[in-house]
Amino acid sequence: MRVVVCIKQVFDPAELKVDPSTRLLITDGVSKKISDFDKNAIEEAVRLKEKYQAETFVITMGPADAMRALREALAMGIDNAYLLSDPAFENSDTLATAKVLAAAIKKIGNVDLVLLAEASMDGYSGMVGPRLAALLNLPQLTYVRSIVSIGDGKIVVERDLEEGYEVVEAKLPALVTVTKEINEPRFATLPKIMAASKKKVDTWGAAELGLAKEEVGLAGSAIQVMKAEAPVMGRKNIIFQGELQQQVEELVKALVKEGVLKV
Amino acid sequence: MTVLVFSENMEVAAELLGKGKELAGELGTKLAAALLGTGVKGKEGELFAYGADVVYVVDHPALTPFFPETYADALAKVVEEAKPEVILIGATKRGKETAPRLATKLNAGCAAGATNLRIDKEKRLLIAERPAISAMVVATEYSKTKPQIATVAPRTFEKPPRDDSRKGEVVEVKVDLTVPEKKVLELKKKEVKGIKIEDAELITSCGRGFRKKEDLKMLEELASLIGATLGCSRPIAADLKWLPEDHWVGLSGHKVKPKMYMAVGISGQVQHLAGMRDSKIIVAINKDPEAPIFKVADYGIVGDLYQVLPALINYLKSRKG
Ligand SMILES: Cc1cc2nc3c(=O)[nH]c(=O)nc-3n(C[C@H](O)[C@H](O)[C@H](O)COP(=O)(O)OP(=O)(O)OC[C@H]3O[C@@H](n4cnc5c(N)ncnc54)[C@H](O)[C@@H]3O)c2cc1C
Repeated sequence: MRVVVCIKQVFDPAELKVDPSTRLLITDGVSKKISDFDKNAIEEAVRLKEKYQAETFVITMGPADAMRALREALAMGIDNAYLLSDPAFENSDTLATAKVLAAAIKKIGNVDLVLLAEASMDGYSGMVGPRLAALLNLPQLTYVRSIVSIGDGKIVVERDLEEGYEVVEAKLPALVTVTKEINEPRFATLPKIMAASKKKVDTWGAAELGLAKEEVGLAGSAIQVMKAEAPVMGRKNIIFQGELQQQVEELVKALVKEGVLKV
Repeated sequence: MTVLVFSENMEVAAELLGKGKELAGELGTKLAAALLGTGVKGKEGELFAYGADVVYVVDHPALTPFFPETYADALAKVVEEAKPEVILIGATKRGKETAPRLATKLNAGCAAGATNLRIDKEKRLLIAERPAISAMVVATEYSKTKPQIATVAPRTFEKPPRDDSRKGEVVEVKVDLTVPEKKVLELKKKEVKGIKIEDAELITSCGRGFRKKEDLKMLEELASLIGATLGCSRPIAADLKWLPEDHWVGLSGHKVKPKMYMAVGISGQVQHLAGMRDSKIIVAINKDPEAPIFKVADYGIVGDLYQVLPALINYLKSRKG
């Protein structure tokens, strides 16, 4: 069984700030990390390796520094990694991203299972998984909180939906997106980190993936972003002062005046 | 040319019809809805009542159970027939897995989780706003492909008034559906407490400032005094599981806009704000004067919730007499 995990390196949300005068995001000097839920996808692949002797692959589309994310995945136990990197891939939307990932998965070949997180923590669209499934013409199993079993060319998963947990069986090959609840990702140990740093990782660009430059990056993207600014929140910002009792009374009176409380 | 809306959830479909009517008005086109499922023929009435001029019906045995593969295929057929300029899809979990599959079949873009939609009349573009980059910013975007697709979370737009006297045109769409090689083995119902936090007029919400589950009793008491519903931040529902997911507010939880949202012991990280920043009045109680929640609050008390809540409860009780 061959399993491919798709991951994304994102700006650490904890370090992101907005410039109050321009309302634009400041990304200078902000460190990057593997998107949280992607670690759950990596962990799940490693568990499939341990349980079913799966051969595991990790891919990411990103700039050269995304190599760090791949090394971390290798250190967690993934067997092989490919960096999908090309200036032509820059500013890809979910459609263009899925095209690059689909090309890489086809190039890896004979893939039984594709694993992704339910969504990335930055874009949070949850669209790359289903788009990739559509491009590869695979059955998709989203919001998976448990892989129940794999065997006989089939996979059984439990999906977390609004109305309940849906246990579904699908024929392999298939695409699965996982939730944060599926597992607790392991930490890489030092010897594994050392070994991972020595592993050969190939970089595939548009040419290697057989993609035309117009299909990918900004040119191949359907979505055009006009602007991205922090929202303005016109709020009163009244902080009550004085003794606690007085603050509490002023708060209640203010809320009564606003028509919110009726006591 | 039409504006087409789809949600498997009738409530959400109604909300989308409300917004869709506005967009269709701007574009000068009709408003259409897609009705998909098994045995759904004849159930168009509600869609007309909420504003649809045309309902495209795909009634097919393969549409039960819900598989995104078949729904995307059926919707692609409706798109062929209706030739919509704009498609709005409800961002329920089922909608969120179907919309990108459809968009990819159509080689089209899709604005995921739009919080605001308008039309650029001159260019006939659908302009969408959505939280981006860990919800730190709001991106304004459009799609250069047609049809222009957006998904919209439940409760983003108001449900329009219902008019049962409205009638419209029914178009039956014939499809040839291949069922994916999938089987639903079981559906384990989630325990539903019956709270719909989106409907609450007042919300008192808790975060990690609470030290143990029992301490939520204080907030419950406050809530019952003023008739509020309990909300919470992600860690309370997802990690600690002190409250069911129905109470979870934020980017990955529920979007709420009550008359008052009181955040108690919640730091106010952007992902939390993404779910409540449209509340009419925001109140913050937090012991850290630097907590980001105060920046978005109308009224704030800087203090230990273990002192503030009892004081607040006592005062409210004394006012009630
Ligand atoms: C992709 C993504 C999606 C997410 N979606 C959501 C979401 O939908 N909803 C959500 O809430 N979060 C979400 N998060 C998580 C979010 O980033 C924060 O981690 C979370 O909101 C923090 O919850 P909190 O405010 O309860 O906890 P903390 O950030 O730990 O804040 C606790 C606060 O309590 C205060 N406090 C402590 N003790 C007291 C006391 N005795 N009295 C008064 N105040 C006290 C502290 O000063 C602090 O401000 C998401 C994150 C990601 C990456």
